[in-house]
Amino acid sequence: MWRAALAEKTQPAGTNLAIEAIDQNLWYGSFQALHEVNLAVERGIVTAMIGPSGCGKSTFLRSCNRINERLGYVRTTGTIHVLGFDVYSKDASAIQVRRQIGMVFQRPNPLPLSIRDNVLFASRLHRERRVTRADEAVMVESALREVLLWDRVKDRLDQKATLLSLEEQQKLCIARLLPTKPTLLLMDEPCSALDPEATSAIEDLIWSLRGNYTILIVTHNMAQARRASDECVFMLLGRVIEHARTDVMFVTPARQETADYIEGRFG
Amino acid sequence: MTLRHTDTLATKQTAPVDQRDRAWWLDFTAKTVVFFGGISAIIFIVSIFLFIATQGLDFAVHRLNWADFFTSPIWRPTSSPPQYGALALICGTASISLLAMLIAVPFSLGAAIYIGEFASGKKREWLKILIELLAAIPSVVWGVIGLHVIGPALVNIFHIDIGLCLLNAGIILGLMAAPIMTTIAEDALRAVPDTYREAAEALGATRWQVVWRVVLPHARPGLSAAVLLGIGRAFGETIAVLMASGHAIVMPTSVFDSVRALTATVAAELGETAQGDDHYQALFVLGVLLFGITFVINLTADRIIRGSRRQAT
Repeated sequence: MWRAALAEKTQPAGTNLAIEAIDQNLWYGSFQALHEVNLAVERGIVTAMIGPSGCGKSTFLRSCNRINERLGYVRTTGTIHVLGFDVYSKDASAIQVRRQIGMVFQRPNPLPLSIRDNVLFASRLHRERRVTRADEAVMVESALREVLLWDRVKDRLDQKATLLSLEEQQKLCIARLLPTKPTLLLMDEPCSALDPEATSAIEDLIWSLRGNYTILIVTHNMAQARRASDECVFMLLGRVIEHARTDVMFVTPARQETADYIEGRFG
Repeated sequence: MTLRHTDTLATKQTAPVDQRDRAWWLDFTAKTVVFFGGISAIIFIVSIFLFIATQGLDFAVHRLNWADFFTSPIWRPTSSPPQYGALALICGTASISLLAMLIAVPFSLGAAIYIGEFASGKKREWLKILIELLAAIPSVVWGVIGLHVIGPALVNIFHIDIGLCLLNAGIILGLMAAPIMTTIAEDALRAVPDTYREAAEALGATRWQVVWRVVLPHARPGLSAAVLLGIGRAFGETIAVLMASGHAIVMPTSVFDSVRALTATVAAELGETAQGDDHYQALFVLGVLLFGITFVINLTADRIIRGSRRQAT
């Protein structure tokens, strides 16, 4: 049934989908981490990926912007269309793919630069026309305002970003994605290094970005998936087991494995 | 099982706590040996400095004209009256080292960036091994290369009379200093956390942008230290410089002038002196000067490295 639902979703194709993976296989050396993953992620909503450690959810996330390829021993077959482009086609460049997609990591990883330079980093990488200081100031302010960090850091934009608290760092890591106006944000357990208060602040932030951005978020935290997502993908041993609306999945999971995982019988 | 356990507990004697068994003695011996190994470095450096300093002390305090020493380019210790002007020697050493760095810095930083940031797997391992081998080439071999390969090559290319000159010594010394600088610079690059690279790449940076905007700025202290240690190496090198530089006491005005280095002067002249005479003592003053310079350079490099570590944590 879930396959049918997915097929229905995949059929209209194109415009409505942010990510569409078709028969994605991935190997780390000789270990196969993804098996025939077919997944369609709708635009403008928050989709959570859940599953036990090693189930391939992070691997899938990291395949979408090909950041996986930093490891030399990764091999893939199948395709992923992101925003309508086949990111694994021969002509696609990983660099250009990554410029369309923002990514937030498990541990906040601001660059060892000032807060301002962190926010402007991506936009400075590939600007075609001259940008004035005033433009940059606007960019910095609006990005930091969007992540609710502006009031806390506006007086110390030249301070090193690595001196901020973890929560502020993670917000900054989200803020620095915004100036280049990506439409898709990939988040790899963005709250796992944070305390509960900071977690809820980041969750609120993610929820507020919903609509303007498509968000795919990997999480270990079932409660978080339940609170802060529209749709949920359950993965197990490199396969997608179930993909449904979050409220449906958590109340009436279609598959036994999903039910077992959600109820904490393994994981 | 449990029964026997309680059984032994009840009957077991308390182990003695004041016994000096084999492990204790081994530990004691090892600690002592390692302690002397550790402080031997301090003992050696202090006694070497004292030896050099005292050998030249009498002459330096009573008979050496310090103003001449630093301002006169005329070094004629065997003429009468002898003249001890070290300026040409200082300029010789400084100019050779400067030229060596102009050659070595781009080479070694380029190599370090390639090995650390672009090469991968086997290629990287091989390059590292080869560069370490390069560092192991004896300096006299470099001297022979300067004498018989680079010298004639310079004569052919630039149509100069003598191939043994500042340029020759600079090239040789640059090549000699490059491997150690590469190794240290590569360590500095590798000390940059990979999460920074990942973050920058996820933002769409090319490899070069990652290197230029993130890795190099963060590794700058370590890279400066690499350059400083290279300079220290260049200042201290003797035999290769002696063979390649032409060993003529000249204030260098072009890269094709023959020059003489402080180290080479000591090496060439010390054997001809009578122990304890003024010439002998003057050479030890040169030694103190060299010692001081390299000491300051190494200390600065060390401070930079430590400073950057503290900043990183």
